[in-house]
Amino acid sequence: MGITTKALLKSLWVFHLSTGSCNNCDIEVLDCLTPRFDIERFGMKLVGSIRHADVLLVTGSCNRKSAERLISLYKEAPQPCLVVAIGECSMSRGIFMPSYNCPRPLDSLVPVSAYIPGCPPKPEAIISGVVKLIQKVKGK
Amino acid sequence: MKKTIIPIGPYHPLQEEPEFFMLTVEGETVVDVDVQIGYNHRGIEKLSELKSFDQSTFVIERICGICSTSHPFAYTRAVEDIEGVEVPMRAKYIRTIIAEGERIHSHLLWLGLAGHFLGYNTVYMWVWKLREEILDVMEIISGNRNNYAMFKPGGVRRDINPEDIPLIMKKLDKIVPTLKMLFKAVRDDPVIHARTKGIGVLTKEASINFGALGPTSRASGVARDVRKDTVYGAYHEMDWDMIVTNNGDVFDKVVVRILEMFESVKIIKYCLLHLPDGEIDLKIKNIPPGEGIGTHEAPRGETFHYVRSDGSNSPVRHKVRAPTFMNLPTYKATIKGEKIADASIILAAIDPCYCCTERMSIRDTKGERLFNGKELIRLSQIKTQTLKQKLGVKETSLEKLVQGKP
Ligand code: SF4
Repeated sequence: MGITTKALLKSLWVFHLSTGSCNNCDIEVLDCLTPRFDIERFGMKLVGSIRHADVLLVTGSCNRKSAERLISLYKEAPQPCLVVAIGECSMSRGIFMPSYNCPRPLDSLVPVSAYIPGCPPKPEAIISGVVKLIQKVKGK
Repeated sequence: MKKTIIPIGPYHPLQEEPEFFMLTVEGETVVDVDVQIGYNHRGIEKLSELKSFDQSTFVIERICGICSTSHPFAYTRAVEDIEGVEVPMRAKYIRTIIAEGERIHSHLLWLGLAGHFLGYNTVYMWVWKLREEILDVMEIISGNRNNYAMFKPGGVRRDINPEDIPLIMKKLDKIVPTLKMLFKAVRDDPVIHARTKGIGVLTKEASINFGALGPTSRASGVARDVRKDTVYGAYHEMDWDMIVTNNGDVFDKVVVRILEMFESVKIIKYCLLHLPDGEIDLKIKNIPPGEGIGTHEAPRGETFHYVRSDGSNSPVRHKVRAPTFMNLPTYKATIKGEKIADASIILAAIDPCYCCTERMSIRDTKGERLFNGKELIRLSQIKTQTLKQKLGVKETSLEKLVQGKP
């Protein structure tokens, strides 16, 4: 493990992007920051720009307009950038699969490192997913 | 003076209907605002027409995560309107409980973020912690923290277990004293007064002209509430007050929302104590041809659903109108002539979504970036700090209150 990866895993900074979600996943992500769950104890925090972020959290069903934005954001991100798909929508488009405006699932647009299932996943699930991601990158 | 244009949006996390705002500013003062909506389109109405009446409720629920009761409530009422049936009394009570629980969690969510915009970050954390209690209540009843899947045409999917009622009551009792202190603090805090009183005023006439709904219009003195105006759910079974104030500024919108939460607690408690026995579901087999409309007072105002059936098992046409659609244009009236530092709280005051501001950036007409959303929130927070110094307040009652709590 290189020094950058080691440093990266100590404090993951997260950028959160909603690509046509129903909002619930986004609220649960914010909920992770609040006192009951307090994800900052793992060194994670939400940042306002993708250029500061190590992790791109994607929620929602990647509709036509936001898919373009998503790809350009991914290109702007400093590498390595881990992509985490939160919720059924971003895994398979879930209930929106037959929709005319959600043509492709997230993992056909950008490489995804971790999937957190649920509609919406509970904050506990999100935390455990991210912790598993850290373990995975560490190679455990 | 040179005019500056601030684009806000269109993609903001936390938002049910992403919108795009363009503020035109002269120096510090906002002179015009333009609103465009139609982003984040998932084709829900079309999807609903592909599903059966029963399955549609799940799609409708996912229009908006915060209003995941309001839309199914209006939709099931529309379907029942086609059939001309009345749901059993017990189902009505359970529906009311869920709907009011959602109102509490939605208002708390808004209050927390409004606190964040004003520079009271402790309030944000503290209120969201309180919100967990009501989410627990919802989880006890429905099994999920959001997206409850409780509604179906003709009734509800799950019953409330009588053994759970004492626990739910206990959780509700925990919320009330904290809310009371919060209300007192907001009422007495001079800094909050200075930041929100007389800011972003929506007059009664403007509110009527724009067709504003929900707390946005009730804060301007328009006494309209679907729960009072129509007989549905269990709302007419008990005594509760419609909260109406007259000033139409941001302060009144905060007050209306806080007071509404007390009413909601009252309604839930009444429903739990007087839960009638009987069926919870009519077991509707097929929907006859025809059309129906359904409304419900969502936390942000009236949602409206129109469903047409041709006798098959899925809707031929389903139309949805969410309250924010009506409330958004009121920015035109409220934001003109205000300072940029107040823009974020005025935009947040109608509760479209607070996170608009996260993607705010100010550009001058050449397209150079001057401020971003964070900067705007910071401006707002600095204003609070300066006010505190001016007023000679070291610690506001809100902060004292927060520190007094673990
Ligand atoms: S996964 Fe479910 S809760 Fe999350 S955005 Fe999609 S529909 Fe909403």
